[in-house]
Amino acid sequence: MTFMPKLLGTAAALALSAGAALADPALIFDLGGKFDKSFNESAYNGAQRWVEETGGSYNEVELQSDAQREQALRRFAENGNDPIVMAGFSFMTPLAEVAPDYPDTTFVIIDGVVEAPNVKSIIFSEHEGSYLVGMLAGMASETGTVGFVGGMDIPLIRKFACGYAEGVLAANPDATVIANMTGTTPAAWNDPVRGSELTLAQIGQGADVVFAAAGGTGLGVLQTAADEGIYSIGVDANQNYLHPGSVLTSMLKRVDNAVYDAFMAGDEIETGLAMLGVAEDGVGAAIDEHNQDLITDEMQAALDEARAGIEAGEIEVHDYTSDESCPSVSF
Amino acid sequence: MDFITIVQILDSTIRLAVPLLLACLAGLFSERAGIFDIGLEGKMLAAAFMSGAVAYTTGQVWIGLLAGIGASLLLSGIHGLASITFRGNQLISGVAINFLAAGLSVVIAQDWFGQGGRTPNISGDARFNGITLPGADAIESTPFIGPIYEELLSGHTIIVYIAFLTVPLTWWILFKTRFGLRLRAVGENPAAVDTAGVSVVGLRYAAVGICGILTGLAGAYLATALQAGFVKDMTAGRGFIALAALIFAKWRPWYALSACLLFGFLQAVALRFQNIDLGLVELPVQFMDALPYILTVIILAGFVGKAIPPRAGGQPYVKER
Repeated sequence: MTFMPKLLGTAAALALSAGAALADPALIFDLGGKFDKSFNESAYNGAQRWVEETGGSYNEVELQSDAQREQALRRFAENGNDPIVMAGFSFMTPLAEVAPDYPDTTFVIIDGVVEAPNVKSIIFSEHEGSYLVGMLAGMASETGTVGFVGGMDIPLIRKFACGYAEGVLAANPDATVIANMTGTTPAAWNDPVRGSELTLAQIGQGADVVFAAAGGTGLGVLQTAADEGIYSIGVDANQNYLHPGSVLTSMLKRVDNAVYDAFMAGDEIETGLAMLGVAEDGVGAAIDEHNQDLITDEMQAALDEARAGIEAGEIEVHDYTSDESCPSVSF
Repeated sequence: MDFITIVQILDSTIRLAVPLLLACLAGLFSERAGIFDIGLEGKMLAAAFMSGAVAYTTGQVWIGLLAGIGASLLLSGIHGLASITFRGNQLISGVAINFLAAGLSVVIAQDWFGQGGRTPNISGDARFNGITLPGADAIESTPFIGPIYEELLSGHTIIVYIAFLTVPLTWWILFKTRFGLRLRAVGENPAAVDTAGVSVVGLRYAAVGICGILTGLAGAYLATALQAGFVKDMTAGRGFIALAALIFAKWRPWYALSACLLFGFLQAVALRFQNIDLGLVELPVQFMDALPYILTVIILAGFVGKAIPPRAGGQPYVKER
């Protein structure tokens, strides 16, 4: 038993040194991977911006399977990382289990809500951003018919579709909105062929602007829109550069800002629920050198007006997830 | 529903049916020779990746196509080695190939292009473009025949026409040549073939090789004709639908064509009309998506005809027991 105190001493020293080590933040990417040109890449860009500005360092991991979620969370928490930021609604269940075990660590979950004293939940008002791009779609459309291609049929994607339809109808009350979902399984996020066919079917019904909120499937939508000479709208990250001249705009979801702010705040982070909408610059329509020729002054003016209206609370965009229904479009 | 809508749906049917058809015929050759192949999905995926990646790198879609077929042949070789030479379990080997392709394609793409497991967009010569059949533009305005010729028959990529020609070719090879007779025999009773002094192993490798070429075409069609590049998991279960079509077609080439066209048609209808109102009931889109599998189960259960697989299918051939 003589070695026992020694062992305990070593353990204590280790624990001390772990505690004394700088509380680096950590970032966990979802299954899409760090360079998905979309959601996760946006999170990565936010973290990189923080590194450039502060010179700090952070730990990160790209998950390979669902089973690794809890493992990754525990590993970073044991490692003393603080805060631990995770991108994706799929972390809700594992985080709810892990968070109470590490009361001194702050967790930040993007796109999901976990009720715990040490968790900050960040939700984006996708319906507001979709409303903005929907307005642009309604104004850009010459046929008066616009399309929406969703990925997997989940409430989050219907929230996109509903906000979009409201925006289209605000710009052109006579417009028709065709909303299609790619599928009901996760394979729907990575089926560009189906995305293409859906786009062609919508074009056949007269659509000349198509909004894709469908992950990898959306790349097929954007490609077909470019091939067929109609407009498309990207999602999450700025996808305007993919097909300049064809991508009308992108519905930005500033995951990068959310990650950046969380890293900046460090352990001072305010826990609880945060909604990032148009007013907080959390969502918006992307205008850059690739699409500025497509956006007329009239459209820009309408966009600014709508943005101000939403900020001031004059325009209220229906949130599908609030009552699981949408007055403007049927699915 | 007006005429032009019908033509558009049929046009979509053709595009959706072609990858199924090629994969289905690939499975047909393999299974007729007694090698079950549930690795069609993985081979298509590997071919889609290689064709997209090489077409982008070289700027030549034909080199990309060859590379895609090469990748698919390589996986076929592994399947052949495991299930013919080493007499392993064909199903396990097929599953392994699916996993291998799903993982490797993303890892290599990430290492090669650094774009998150996909290839950069290809355009121009690096992609199969639609072929306008002679006179298509002239005849376009003719009522009835015009849209059918211009929309439906013309404007597809070369692989579509190759795929449809493969059907009579498959029928001719399997049922009119000596090679075809032996190939079918090796799937029914390899011992008899062996007694006749014909190499069972050689025939089975040939069948697996043909399977590799056809899945290679299917994969390349996805990545370089329908799409402009590879995206991870882009086959999205088409290899399995092709297997269902193969059973539905009772391992016959012409039936395979109709089965694939039917499945493609069901998908096209599901994509065009989300929910179909039949007056009394409304069919949800999920039902249309599930219909190919439901039909296959009905066939397998023996309600409509009987699907009898090749007798020696799935069994490795051992000369002396």
